[in-house]
Amino acid sequence: MKKITLSILALYIGVLAVFSQTKPSSDSAYRQRKLTFSEANIVSSYYSQDGNNSAITGGIGTEKLTDFSNSFSIKLTRVDKKWRKHSFDAELGIDNYTSASSDRIDLKANSSASYNDTRIYPSLNWTMEDDKKGLTWGAGASASREFDYLSFGSQVNVAKKTKNRMGEYGVKLFTYLDNLKLIYPIELRTGAFIPRGEDYPMAARNTFGSTFSYNQIINAQLQISILTDVILQQGYLGLPFHRVYFTDNSVHVEKLPDSRLKTPISIRASYFAGDHLILRGYYRYYQDDWGMTAHTISLEPVIKTTAFFSVSPFYRFYSQQATKYFAPYQQHTAANTYYTSNFDLSTFTSHFYGAGIRMAPPNGILGWQHLGALELRYGHYSRSNNMQSDIVTLNLTIK
Amino acid sequence: MNFSFRYTNYFTNLSSPARLLITAGLIFICLSSCTTVKEYQKNKLNDSEMILSNRKIEKTELSFMSYREGASGANAGKSGGGCGCN
Repeated sequence: MKKITLSILALYIGVLAVFSQTKPSSDSAYRQRKLTFSEANIVSSYYSQDGNNSAITGGIGTEKLTDFSNSFSIKLTRVDKKWRKHSFDAELGIDNYTSASSDRIDLKANSSASYNDTRIYPSLNWTMEDDKKGLTWGAGASASREFDYLSFGSQVNVAKKTKNRMGEYGVKLFTYLDNLKLIYPIELRTGAFIPRGEDYPMAARNTFGSTFSYNQIINAQLQISILTDVILQQGYLGLPFHRVYFTDNSVHVEKLPDSRLKTPISIRASYFAGDHLILRGYYRYYQDDWGMTAHTISLEPVIKTTAFFSVSPFYRFYSQQATKYFAPYQQHTAANTYYTSNFDLSTFTSHFYGAGIRMAPPNGILGWQHLGALELRYGHYSRSNNMQSDIVTLNLTIK
Repeated sequence: MNFSFRYTNYFTNLSSPARLLITAGLIFICLSSCTTVKEYQKNKLNDSEMILSNRKIEKTELSFMSYREGASGANAGKSGGGCGCN
């Protein structure tokens, strides 16, 4: 009798256990596997610069340039059978720029086709987060095309959380395989460098890089990230339409080594200083085998007036020591193996400052539920060699 | 301006091992003061403004800086591709 009672009890518990379980219905499993829309972003910006050290005219002349940039990205997510989250990001960017200095490839032209161009750059990225194992995998591909430049990029990355989930190690490997048209200044087009119609001679430029990162939560309000890159560039690393004037006033095309090794290291920190203040800081030290060293430091306090509205003034200081191949207009001699008068590679300091606002009300911007967030940011950039620029950017997030 | 220069030069003038030692020391001080934070205590760390990477709105800014400055990389952004000609 006792056995029968125990058997009935066991059967009852068994039946109860079966029905009390969450039904692993095909419907719920289907919902998990279905690709769902996460968010879309529209980023538009207008950039305008001016200066008087254009590399196209040998380190003198206008650097006036405008760039109207627009990009649209969409993010889709799904959770697989093993509860790993997959994210798919697709982006398409289109830039339209005008450059007064590019117009000076032909010094005699009042205005030429080089005056403006359009750059199109699509990209696709996939990320898989396995929360159970604290592991993240990712891969991506990108392309960029403009009249004289074609670039294909690819990358793979992996990140692993530490045992106590307070830290995360990451490694990324990336490559860019580029081709550029050798468009020389009009007066230097001789022999093999004379284009046949639109068929210019081509040159390759390849970039191979690796990124090593470590993120650490210090306490409930502070987290930091340490990141270092090792980047090797090979191929044609100058630009064919950059002129260099020697001391004897003869004109040449910029000539730079066909290899460059860059090793920057950075540290970034985010600190929640109070209920309404977040401090974001960044420092980078950079060096390469062209003799260039640089320091970058930036600070951005984010003032959260409410949970859905924030204002963030920012300041960035940058200082660089020139590459050993740089000299200004009419300073190089025939004794130099490599030479450039590109002021982007000269010694200078720069300041970048401005402010941004961010709105993300729970019922959407202007009551439109799908318009999740709006960000507007303006920055002014000034370089110690008198180059100035302004940039204004708008970011709309659709959810 | 001169103030910032003095300090950057002071650091650059140090020998490489000294620079490495200072950096490693600062990192060690930071990491050794870590406390374990439970998931339910991470509400501030999970705030969208606390991310340890660049935001989408900064993308064009980083792009023009990589063209206008000799240094690039170590900011989790693009480190190659595109000519940046002008």
